[in-house]
Amino acid sequence: MNQLKRYFLLISVMLYGAIQSFAAEAKQRFPKPEFDTGYVQPHTTAPSPRYMLLQYFDVLVLLIVLSVVTWFVLKKRSRKGVFWTSVFSLLYFGFYREGCICSIGSIQNVVLGMVDPTYAIPFTALLFFLLPLIFSLFFGRTFCAGACPLGAIQDIVAIRPIELPKWIQKVLGLIPYLYLGLAVLYVATKSEFIICRYDPFVGLFRFDAPYNMLILGILFLAVGVFVARPYCRFFCPYGVLLGWMSKFSSRHMTITPAACIQCKLCSNSCPFGAIDEPVVETGKRRSNVNRLMTYFVLLPLWIGIGGFAGSMMHVPLSRFNQTVYLAEQIIEHPEVKNDPKNIDVRTFMSSGKSTEQLVQEADTIRRQFYWGGWLLGGFMGLVIGTSLINLSKFRKREDWEPNKTNCLSCGRCMDYCPVKKEE
Amino acid sequence: MSDKKEPKSIERRRFLRSGMQMALAVSLGGVAGVSLLKSTSKDLVWQIDPFKCVQCGRCADECVMTPSAVKCVHAYDLCGYCDLCGGYLKPDANARTTAAENQLCPTAAIKRQYIEEPYFEYVIDESLCIGCAKCVAGCTSFGNGSLHLQVRHDRCKNCNDCSIARVCPAEAFQRVPADTPYLIKGGFTKGGNSEDKLKKG
Repeated sequence: MNQLKRYFLLISVMLYGAIQSFAAEAKQRFPKPEFDTGYVQPHTTAPSPRYMLLQYFDVLVLLIVLSVVTWFVLKKRSRKGVFWTSVFSLLYFGFYREGCICSIGSIQNVVLGMVDPTYAIPFTALLFFLLPLIFSLFFGRTFCAGACPLGAIQDIVAIRPIELPKWIQKVLGLIPYLYLGLAVLYVATKSEFIICRYDPFVGLFRFDAPYNMLILGILFLAVGVFVARPYCRFFCPYGVLLGWMSKFSSRHMTITPAACIQCKLCSNSCPFGAIDEPVVETGKRRSNVNRLMTYFVLLPLWIGIGGFAGSMMHVPLSRFNQTVYLAEQIIEHPEVKNDPKNIDVRTFMSSGKSTEQLVQEADTIRRQFYWGGWLLGGFMGLVIGTSLINLSKFRKREDWEPNKTNCLSCGRCMDYCPVKKEE
Repeated sequence: MSDKKEPKSIERRRFLRSGMQMALAVSLGGVAGVSLLKSTSKDLVWQIDPFKCVQCGRCADECVMTPSAVKCVHAYDLCGYCDLCGGYLKPDANARTTAAENQLCPTAAIKRQYIEEPYFEYVIDESLCIGCAKCVAGCTSFGNGSLHLQVRHDRCKNCNDCSIARVCPAEAFQRVPADTPYLIKGGFTKGGNSEDKLKKG
């Protein structure tokens, strides 16, 4: 009898459920039975995440690796040492820790920690962000040389590096600034973490990833055979910050341990085009100065043009935000409201939120993108203007020197330098 | 001697360089300071709020892990031990048996076990579960909602940006402190009878 009653109840519930299928709410429809047979209820298990202290161990490993590689670069001047440290980093941070946590992605955590009142940045993530920058501020980009797993995997495959024309390097070198700006913009508008989403190597580290991620990684490695470390030089947003620090570093690596003998051997050794040749000023001094002054005067114009262009882009840029995209879809294609296959629209329709509310939310986010577009564009204008100034600035250089911004401190040139340390 | 010979331009360069170095150090310190104000010593992990989940099925497809790190868990305290289980049987099942044709679960990850008349126990075999939420939808619509999805931390890689969270239509994913990593249902409403949660403590 009991069973029959339950059965009828179920049928009626099912009818009710079919009507309300998407507004389903958990409620107690059937009380928990009292068992007569001494049945013991199993326990819901809850396997714990990785032991928390291990996150601090990761920070310790990072600190040790940074110290060791800096010692290899500056004191031992050993390319071999740098290489094997980077292999260790690849194995530990890459294949063992599977690419998470990484300093490159930590930019986003820092920004989110500043803009989102509900998010508190874990102390370990903050350290992962700061430590390489601090090292870079004093010793140059030794992080890139030996502690970054993404750099290490590319460094290993750089077998036949070709030298790209300088202008291509300069133009491609602007991408990291844009990538950094976009990453900050998308975090600041709480849209998504694009650096993590388009990380090309995390799929390889895990031996398991969506196809697009794997294909991206393999593509980068294939290109990396000929164009050394393409991600580091032409995409890495953290490299921008490291470059700023490294440019003003006090104890950057030097190619030669003593006086340069102008043999040019080092310039062939660098696969990244990061060695500056000796320069003497060409052309007339007066016209050079005039050009430099013109570029300085043009700088605000660049920022203005960039900012304006960025603000004009705010509509397409904001489309990557889920809320904006959803609102746009519902307004432009009202028929999606009846499409049961569109999960996002279906969920929104059953959430009880009105379309007006959604549109208002989307509008707020789009305003943020408008001002964010100004900032991003202005930043890019500043970057372009500054690189023009740098191009027309003649700084007397007599020896072959590493370009402190772009040099990854890999130590190849030290190996090639025939000058030995003065004892 | 050599100090005196150093040209003015080199001296100026050194001064500018160390000045910029100081400025960068100060700005790094500023970033660190602002972040530290709100920093947490605890690490964060991802978890699903079962009361926000709409069982869309994306957890099965979007996770970087194959199969997904999201699995169905069973809050036994909430289960009605029904014979006609909305989470176990297809709506059009022609018999209440364990036959494959009657099962809602595409991987037969739910084990149905007879206890006593008329009650049946349902246990999830997590090695088979792919996190598709079909059973969760059935149980939530027709039953008590004791079956629900949770991120299983023995499988979760704790990606910085969870790839499921990015596409979750209900914004059910959230970061929770790593020492209380689960949001297992303890009542029929959010924040309701939290007996079960306390036990996990």
